[in-house]
Amino acid sequence: MTAEVRRAPDERRAGAGRPALLGDPSPLLLVQGVSKSFGGVQAVAEVTFAVERGESVGLVGPNGAGKTTLFNCICGQLRPDAGSCEFEGQRLDGLPTYRRARLGIGRTYQRVEVFPEMTVRQHLMVAERSRRGDGRLWKDLFGLSAARPDERTKVEEVLQLVGLADRADLPVAALGLGSCRLVELGRALVCEPRLLMADEPSSGLDVHETRELAKVLRTLQHERGMAVLLVEHDLGMVADVVDRTVVMDVGRVIASGTFEEVMANPSVRRAYLGTA
Amino acid sequence: MEQFLGFALPGIPYGCSYALMAVGLVLTYQATGVFNFAFGAQAYASAYLFAWLIQNQGLPIWMAFVLAVVLFAPGLGLLFDRLLFSRIPNTNNTAKIVTGISLAVGIPQLLPVIFGTGNVYNVPSVAFNPNIVYFRLPGTPVNGTFLSSVVFTAGILVALVVLMRLTPLGLQMRGAVESRRLVQLDGVNATRVVAVAWMASGLMAGLAGVLLAPVEAQLQSQDYITLMVAAIAGAAWAVLRSMPIAALVAVLVGVASLTLQGYLPTTSFLFSAVLPSLPFFVLVLALLFVPGLRSLEESKDPLASVDPPPPPVTATIRSMQFDRVIKVLWYGVLAAFVVSMLTWMPKNWESVFNAGLAFSTIFLSITLITGMGGQLSLCQATLAGVGAFTAAQLANHLGIAMPFGGLIGAGAAAVVAVVLAVASLRLRGLGLALLTLAAALLFDNAVFSQSSVSSGQGGLNIPAKWLGPINFDNATGHAYFVLAIAVLAVCTVAVLQIRRGSVGSFLSAMRGSEEGAAGIGINLTWQRILVFALSGVVAGLGGTLLSIQLTNVNPNQFNYELGLAFVVIVVTTGVTTVEGAIQGGISYMVIQQLLTYAPQRFQGLTFVLFAFGALTYAKHPEGILEFQKRRWTQRFERLVLRPAADDAHFGPKDAVALGAEGGLGGRR
Repeated sequence: MTAEVRRAPDERRAGAGRPALLGDPSPLLLVQGVSKSFGGVQAVAEVTFAVERGESVGLVGPNGAGKTTLFNCICGQLRPDAGSCEFEGQRLDGLPTYRRARLGIGRTYQRVEVFPEMTVRQHLMVAERSRRGDGRLWKDLFGLSAARPDERTKVEEVLQLVGLADRADLPVAALGLGSCRLVELGRALVCEPRLLMADEPSSGLDVHETRELAKVLRTLQHERGMAVLLVEHDLGMVADVVDRTVVMDVGRVIASGTFEEVMANPSVRRAYLGTA
Repeated sequence: MEQFLGFALPGIPYGCSYALMAVGLVLTYQATGVFNFAFGAQAYASAYLFAWLIQNQGLPIWMAFVLAVVLFAPGLGLLFDRLLFSRIPNTNNTAKIVTGISLAVGIPQLLPVIFGTGNVYNVPSVAFNPNIVYFRLPGTPVNGTFLSSVVFTAGILVALVVLMRLTPLGLQMRGAVESRRLVQLDGVNATRVVAVAWMASGLMAGLAGVLLAPVEAQLQSQDYITLMVAAIAGAAWAVLRSMPIAALVAVLVGVASLTLQGYLPTTSFLFSAVLPSLPFFVLVLALLFVPGLRSLEESKDPLASVDPPPPPVTATIRSMQFDRVIKVLWYGVLAAFVVSMLTWMPKNWESVFNAGLAFSTIFLSITLITGMGGQLSLCQATLAGVGAFTAAQLANHLGIAMPFGGLIGAGAAAVVAVVLAVASLRLRGLGLALLTLAAALLFDNAVFSQSSVSSGQGGLNIPAKWLGPINFDNATGHAYFVLAIAVLAVCTVAVLQIRRGSVGSFLSAMRGSEEGAAGIGINLTWQRILVFALSGVVAGLGGTLLSIQLTNVNPNQFNYELGLAFVVIVVTTGVTTVEGAIQGGISYMVIQQLLTYAPQRFQGLTFVLFAFGALTYAKHPEGILEFQKRRWTQRFERLVLRPAADDAHFGPKDAVALGAEGGLGGRR
């Protein structure tokens, strides 16, 4: 695992993070007026926010606030009833999940989605092969699909980054939940996303694992300029990782700002604690 | 109007036959969460026993009814629950489907073994006298059969609706289907409730079987399977939820069939091909356009995570040294087999092994689509038939030798497979299995049966001139063996290469998690279409090989029943490995040959044995045969090559991990 990169509290300002590229004012991710309902239940209602390039944004809220539903709308698993999502200025409407992934949106899942028949290394290899887009049937038939040295090197780097190098050849079915979450993270990172959407990545992890995960996310943001959109219930982790926090409740955004600002917001306190 | 009623009204008893089965399917699904593919087989078994007790044992009708319907049928349902379905986790839908198919294949074959092989004719009616006309409707005499169908269907439907909707037991059944654990937390004995549900479903099957038996002169299991399809169509339109809707749709299918039969010219294509396929069209329309069917597989059980995940494929670690020994032995056996076939093998056994090679090729297509693609397809026999018939027709009309025409036939099979893949893009698991079954039945009824395709049930005999310059005509000759083993070898190498390459890893990712695979940029639609197409190619090649070996291509070689049986065979021998496909093909033919030395009543044991093997799928998804093989080689290795003291020095670098074979960046 790389050296810890901790951020001082004064760095967690609204909009802090790597500045937008010159001449490119559009945010990396723009969510505008997204709404989604299931039957009579409004899961997400007119949510609007943006994630800048290199920025780390926390998306928090009590259970049932609509965070994962919003994630699914952004990633394409669900079609919003209204509103739109744009990534690097391109509308995502109608694009299937795999196309959004190829645009540069990586994701980890609330309920871990690993490939049980594969080893850790194979997880990352298949992601790398998918990223390159040069997997072809004819190459397979003629035995031209063997892993190349640069693919192996890339996979080794990511294994080192997420701390799985010592378990690389173990089947994921033999790993605990915490390791599986790291596998998912590593798999997403191999695809070199410009935006990593992490859905409750610390769920099921112990304190030590959560700290290590937070380190990784900070490293990715600061050393690779990767934007992070983080859904989390562990507010300590959120405070440690994000530049800006968006709070949802009952499908709506009720506050946005630095972590300290939103936590002091009476609406947020009411949503979490039931009291102002 | 009278003419219309004259055509439509006789369709009502047929429709009621479908409705009885449809309601039974919905009841089973609503009460147990299982789509019971074996419902038709259960009905047939009860009818068979009923007839045997009367005709062979001389029992009165009422006593035979009590034994066959009131005792045997619910008992069979209870056995299904206690021994099979209760051991399958709620979320393992593939295992439930495979178990149901295994029972559907095995039960009809087991009955002659137990009761003898005499055909059963003229099963008596339990209720109204079929020879008496009780009254008349416009243009239609209402006899005992008509009355029995309508009265019993209506009565059973009302009773079941009352049971499920208005009684505490029905509420408990519906709750147990959603979540056994939750209802147990409410103090309900979910195990007993589900057992009662299976017994009620079994009773329903027994009743349907006995009521339907007098309709045809001879009692045959195929009739019940065909009825099942129409019943499935009704159940599908009801989204497996509403018994009245299932019954209504089923009755309408029966009425529509007879009405169209009355109006259509008997010499028309619509009459000969489309009309018999009407239930299948209704089923396909339901699968494609009823949204509720797409979410059948989704578990709504909030405690589903308490269930363990489906068991992984049994893996074992072999030392490199032992792995080399195994490889040498394997190649040695292969060489011995080839030499034997070319030299001393008796002609009849040479023919058996030749056919085994052809079936192995067909079974490789199942390894591709099911083992690697994770899609349960029940129409691989149909795709093999598409290949075979295409090759035969090209030889017949264009003079293209069948070995070459087989390549075009493989392409035709791939096209059909792609059409199925596109049609089923939104379907998973049960929905996909039903669509492929409907496709298989469609081809059986509307395509393969056409005289322009197959010259009728007798099929096309393949003369020597269709086979090209090489003398394949001698079906037991070495030329065929060389062709068959070459085709099988090419297909095997291709499948292995695909498994080890990018496509194999993408398919493995898809099998593991479609969401996760899409999340890393894998185009699931393309992968699915590709694996269907590849399986079509391999099945088509295998079908052509088989027809060359038999010097005949006829619909009975590729019907839907064989399609179900093929899946059962490969699941037993190992659906995730190419070895499993080859073992399945060879053992299928060898066992059949060995059984020819046994009395006639044991001829169906081949399918019974494989069906029993496939029943273990839930516990051994790699195949019971593959599991035992790995287990015993591991024991042998421990005894001979690796004494206990050496275990401490045995590290990962010395090992070869076996599970799924190879993969990108894998150790093997």
